[in-house]
Amino acid sequence: MTAPGQEPPLLRLRGITKRFGSLVANDAIDLDLAQGEILALLGENGAGKTTLMSILFGHYVADAGTIEVMGADGAPQPLPPGSARAALAAGIGMVHQHFTLAMNHSVLDNVILGTERLWSWRQDLAAARAKLAALIETTGLAVPMDARVGSLSIGEQQRVELLKALYRSARVLILDEPTAVLTPQQSALLFTTLRRLAEGGLGIIFISHKLEEVLSLARRVAVLRHGRKVLEVAATGTDKARLAHAMVDRPVELPKAEPQPVGAPALELEGVHVAPAAGVEPLVDVDLTLHAGEIVGIAGVSGNGQRSLAGLVAGTLLPDRGRLRLAGAAWPQGGPKALIAEGVGRIPEDRHRQGVVGDMTIWENLALEGYDAPACRRFGLLDLASFRRRAQALRKRYDIRGGGSETPARLLSGGNMQKLILARVLERGPRLILAAQPTRGLDIGALAEVHRHLLEARARGAAILLISEDLDELMQLADRVAVLYRGRLGPARPRAEIELARLGLEMAGQGPAGADAA
Amino acid sequence: MDVLDILLQASFWAATLRIATPLIFGTLGELICERAGVLNLGIEGIMTIGAMSGWLFVYLGVDLWTGILLAAMIGAAFGLLHGILTVPLGLSQHVTGIGITLLASSLAYFTYRVLLPDVATPPRIEPFQPWAPDWLLAVPFLGPVAGQQTALTWLALVLVPLLTWVLYRTPLGLALRTCGENPVAAEAQGLDVYAIRIGAIMAGSALMAVGGAFLTLSAFNAFFFEMVSGRGWICIALVVFASWIPWKALLGALLFGAFDAFQVRLQQMMGGAVPYQLFLMLPYVMSILALVVMARRAAYPQALMRAYVKGQR
Repeated sequence: MTAPGQEPPLLRLRGITKRFGSLVANDAIDLDLAQGEILALLGENGAGKTTLMSILFGHYVADAGTIEVMGADGAPQPLPPGSARAALAAGIGMVHQHFTLAMNHSVLDNVILGTERLWSWRQDLAAARAKLAALIETTGLAVPMDARVGSLSIGEQQRVELLKALYRSARVLILDEPTAVLTPQQSALLFTTLRRLAEGGLGIIFISHKLEEVLSLARRVAVLRHGRKVLEVAATGTDKARLAHAMVDRPVELPKAEPQPVGAPALELEGVHVAPAAGVEPLVDVDLTLHAGEIVGIAGVSGNGQRSLAGLVAGTLLPDRGRLRLAGAAWPQGGPKALIAEGVGRIPEDRHRQGVVGDMTIWENLALEGYDAPACRRFGLLDLASFRRRAQALRKRYDIRGGGSETPARLLSGGNMQKLILARVLERGPRLILAAQPTRGLDIGALAEVHRHLLEARARGAAILLISEDLDELMQLADRVAVLYRGRLGPARPRAEIELARLGLEMAGQGPAGADAA
Repeated sequence: MDVLDILLQASFWAATLRIATPLIFGTLGELICERAGVLNLGIEGIMTIGAMSGWLFVYLGVDLWTGILLAAMIGAAFGLLHGILTVPLGLSQHVTGIGITLLASSLAYFTYRVLLPDVATPPRIEPFQPWAPDWLLAVPFLGPVAGQQTALTWLALVLVPLLTWVLYRTPLGLALRTCGENPVAAEAQGLDVYAIRIGAIMAGSALMAVGGAFLTLSAFNAFFFEMVSGRGWICIALVVFASWIPWKALLGALLFGAFDAFQVRLQQMMGGAVPYQLFLMLPYVMSILALVVMARRAAYPQALMRAYVKGQR
């Protein structure tokens, strides 16, 4: 293996700078990538990782700096800025965090899109099919070629994204948070594939904020913080603590759940059944009891019924069969409004679309769930001054940064948006909290904050239903964990009895989840 | 005369095809726009200005096919305007489309009035004459039906398989459909979403204008105010009815044409016993019913009416 520096690198970034208004997203970043190398780009959300890669892929144009890609003749060629087409032509492929797939088209259509001359009377489908079949054969990225992409699992969709890049003979592959949506087994499979591709000469840039996977996969690690490259080391010569420190520049302590006695049942599901329908994930005879002062984690890959389970507890969905009980009493009738009044707090999965009203201000969003209380009125009208005062106090207490009370909520980063939602929910002192994927996409700092708030609510006696794909999170927070697979919920077992590897298998359907539920 | 007798008349089927022709053009045009992800509510106005300009150019002395071509180009120009407003500028497609309809139809009436201020009866031109290949004329029953159609109707029918081929069998068609499903996916594969969307709107609008020009250059021989009379809106509904599939669009247009031809004959049959407005209503009621049955499970282009602006997430 050649050490970087001996031969011209495959990719060379020099002095890349990008500003968004007063924010410096990338500050004079230098980066090299050699052939056959896996480079990890590590950093918190907002550190500038995705911005840097978006510049490389032509989504943004840098304010300063140059990018050079080694051409076919081995000589470095400057890459024209701001053109995805030029990046593709130079052999750069990108797998975005949010897949860029046309879900209603076949795998083959997604892969060949844009690879042929646009103005032509026919497609050479036979040749494309053969080329893709050969590619699937050599890389082991098995996907059914004629299946509709929307019908594939998340792991398979990611393989389609990889195939799209490789079909164009990419020499540089960028993966933006590729494991965020995968089970541990799928991640392991992906890493095996990536290692094999790197051995074949592909240069890979791997963006992540998970330290373990960075250390296990990458040869070299570059750490970004506040738009600057603060560290670049060989993966073998470093450890988690050093990387974590470089990443956040402050000690981060993940709070731990201390055992505590539980109270009376706060939420009971008995034989709850949700029939499959357009856009509704089915649930099959789900039984679950959640006690006050307890966190029950629901593990599973998205799409196995999490959305319906969350919908039931949030009051946006009614079961077709079976019943729900809240704190031992009948389930409140009257939808979300009645549930909020009865002390149910909801942290929805999609914080942009369900958690906040993006174009409304922070103080308006903070007031969304309680504005009609008599205390919020003066002379029969809403007392806006009191809302603003309350927003000031909450922003301080929950450390919501990134704007004043009058800032539209959509401009907040994911972490600050989640803190806004937490502030709105927790301030009402709920006895039951639905937390659906509460830390998805958050960096370690914001994640620790969310965990701390949830554990405080638990210590206060709230019952928390934690739906998450992040096994580390479940193992840290949940008192008991149950696996949801294809609409069936397995038994909720105490954390101490759970092995991580087995949990992963059960999430993929190889385990007792279904059998035990029957 | 019996209801069944109507269905056996060649003249009924000939009328069905004639009524369906502008709808086929309009529906296919709208379908192209929507497949690329842009709703084009300018269709009513674009058909109106297509009808007026096609007629005007022929009245001023160009031949019929040149008149069609010029109408198509004017349609494309309004498509370009709609495209610039809705694609790179990302304005609301509804509002822009209604604006285009108001602008194009008002401009058509204005131009007509300015150029012909003093006419009491609309001036006539020599329209397309019926034409059909000889072998078709010799077929029993089909012959008399085909014998009443003009070349524009044949063109509309040929466009259906042609558009199907382009949409499903060419790289351009795949690119266009992807822009309507997920423009981010198209961009990530190096395609120019703006160019493809604007191009699709221009091509679709050109077809709409040809559909309008059929009214003045083939169905009638003059231009009247309000002559498009809601055909554009029918096309919008037919696209949904067709689930964005060309051959189903043809089916929908023919169905509507058949209902319309049918109600005229039913009126004659029933005499004055029933108010004629009820019959006029019939094709629209049937369209709504067909829409309810057909379109409930329709798979929308996923990015329809969603603006895509580069560099924004």
